[in-house]
Amino acid sequence: MEYLLQQLINGVTLGSIYGLIAIGYTMVFGIIGMVNFAHGDVFMLSTFIALIFLLALTQIVGVPSLALALFVVLILGMVLTALWAWAIERTAYRPLRGSFRLAPLISAIGMSIFLSNFVQVTQGPRNKPSPSILGDVITLRQGETYTVAISYKQILIMVVTAVLLAAFWYVVQRTSLGRAQRACEQDRKMAALLGVDVDRTISLTFVIGAALAAVAGLMFMIYYGVVNFNDGFTPGVKAFTAAVLGGIGSLPGAVLGGLLIGLIETLWSAYFSIDYKDVASFLILAVVLIFMPSGLLGKPEVEKV
Amino acid sequence: MTDAAPRFNFKGAAADAARTALVVLGLSVPIIALRTEQNMANELVLQPRWGLVAIFVAAAFAGRLLYLMLAARRAPRRTVREGSGLAARLPHNTGAIFARIGLAVLLLYPAIALLLAGQGGAVKWIDNFGVQILIYIMLGWGLNIVVGLAGLLDLGYVAFYAVGAYSTALLSKTFGLSFWLCLPLAGILAAFWGIILGFPVLRLRGDYLAIVTLAFGEIIRLVLINWVPVTNGYAGITGIARPTFFGIPFNANDNGFAAVFGLPFSPLYRLIFLFYLILALALLTNWVTLRLRRLPVGRAWEALREDEIACRALGINTTSTKLTAFAIGAGFGGFAGSFFAARQGFISPESFTFMESAVILAIVVLGGMGSQIGVAVAAVLMIGGTEILRELEWMKQIFGQGFDPTQYRMLMFGLAMVLIMIWRPRGLVSSREPSVFLSERRAVSGAHVREGHG
Repeated sequence: MEYLLQQLINGVTLGSIYGLIAIGYTMVFGIIGMVNFAHGDVFMLSTFIALIFLLALTQIVGVPSLALALFVVLILGMVLTALWAWAIERTAYRPLRGSFRLAPLISAIGMSIFLSNFVQVTQGPRNKPSPSILGDVITLRQGETYTVAISYKQILIMVVTAVLLAAFWYVVQRTSLGRAQRACEQDRKMAALLGVDVDRTISLTFVIGAALAAVAGLMFMIYYGVVNFNDGFTPGVKAFTAAVLGGIGSLPGAVLGGLLIGLIETLWSAYFSIDYKDVASFLILAVVLIFMPSGLLGKPEVEKV
Repeated sequence: MTDAAPRFNFKGAAADAARTALVVLGLSVPIIALRTEQNMANELVLQPRWGLVAIFVAAAFAGRLLYLMLAARRAPRRTVREGSGLAARLPHNTGAIFARIGLAVLLLYPAIALLLAGQGGAVKWIDNFGVQILIYIMLGWGLNIVVGLAGLLDLGYVAFYAVGAYSTALLSKTFGLSFWLCLPLAGILAAFWGIILGFPVLRLRGDYLAIVTLAFGEIIRLVLINWVPVTNGYAGITGIARPTFFGIPFNANDNGFAAVFGLPFSPLYRLIFLFYLILALALLTNWVTLRLRRLPVGRAWEALREDEIACRALGINTTSTKLTAFAIGAGFGGFAGSFFAARQGFISPESFTFMESAVILAIVVLGGMGSQIGVAVAAVLMIGGTEILRELEWMKQIFGQGFDPTQYRMLMFGLAMVLIMIWRPRGLVSSREPSVFLSERRAVSGAHVREGHG
């Protein structure tokens, strides 16, 4: 019982990270119908940006309070990762809009290869251990054989995720930007006729997705305490699985899917086999797409002849 | 309005270039400016590299300014229609002539390499360039059946390459079978796996098919990593049977190739043999593909790519059409995998990552889907180009001893993928040979060819 409770806590923490990345996939797919293969590597890049800024603030500037340092790292990371995503969209995807379907996909795969190797070249291929912070734990329940505990970083991850998702939800539902975005999602041509700047809206979609991925990047760095240039692919595919499971194009679906994937992965590793935990994610991806392509919360696709 | 070209607005261009430079500054601030390094106490410390950032920003400014100036000079640019390029203006049999010349060069390649580079240098040119590029040409042609002809987007093609390689490795280790027995078996097993993995994805279309094939490819790789009793996990399998020349092994023993033919021993014989072997396999793939295109099944593939619903309405069995495409494409992947295992003598799951699938698919799309010549050109360009980077020792004189061009191999590869797609979204060879024609065979623009639904 205690063991299960602990796994649930761990699973929700992991799921929050996946959910944040999944939003980037699901939004881009919703608006231009493209699987943004480079998104996982944008996330990886953001873990490095977060690590470097954290080191710079603590070692060079010498910020006394950890909370302040983390806040500054979060903001800077979001801004710079968003800038990267904007530049990528501008150079690699926008010239191919309206071109045939495979062109942006290949361009995105090329961008993904470029990004991971760019970070490898500039930062080196080794694992980078980040300074361990917020490692203290609160004991929730003292069982006979097993103690359930939640660490400060897990609390931080859940709280920040919840707050940012609420802010993001507000942006999409209540602001003119969100309205423009949903309009482009439904009918891009009609939205353009009604005066929505489609290119700008698509750019902003990439920017928002990357900013949320940057939050996930900081959380990932704090949670695992190590970053590597190769860390983009697997979390990327898992987040994509989350987006598919929740119903691609659906924002609440992406978060729900992320939580489910996090829980499934944690429980699978806890009760079955840690070696095959990635197989579990990929199997879910395949099974969901084959038997339930519209996911849990997505709209079923109507086939037009 | 006068006919004179509008004057170049230098101020505006400079402001634009300054904006670009500012973006580049923002992009490079943490990642390039500060490098994380571990010190003696295993802690990360930051090494500032602001000079490098300054170079990048200056290069971005100058580059953008130059681009704008050049763009302004040829501003009244004629609109380029797709397919109106070089290929359409050349006589229609250019492709055939080009293919003949290419084939002649390939057949003479080992001799040319020996003449130009001598005994020692030829090893590198035949093995790293010749054999390596031909493996990718063969994989590209195999995948071209699935993607280019049948229009089914497969992102997990490397799975079949892996099945072929591991079949050969396990059959030769466990049962002691020779390479020549393993080769057909590996192809059959890979084709079998193509059908197994093809069945569940029959209903899927578009990007979904791509993602599920990606998932299958990764599952196979993860199983290879984790099923240690059979596959030996990350450590891989060593001591795979090498190909023999009609039973004569390529070694220095008395019954080896060199001794039997009374030649001095040299590792070159084996390499040249491997080169012709993979050349034969690749040409076989090409020949079979060209023949299949004229058979009912090949026409059904192309019909499926053009319009699946019309296809079904005309009574074509789409299930078997898709499955044959998967199976035959996978079979060739299996042959290539079998050759790869026998050539290396060692395989591990590292060789079968998603990146390989992406590279093979990139070769097919960059070459121009469905164009056999295009795939070969793209493979030479992309694989040969990245291999060339290993040879650029002279760059150390410019950038200092610490500079290692091989690090930039995949970086360049990714960048080239993006740039070629922007430059030619339809691939390098943008004309297609129709398989059915009324009176005269005439190349059509690639833009008229659909990319399929799968």
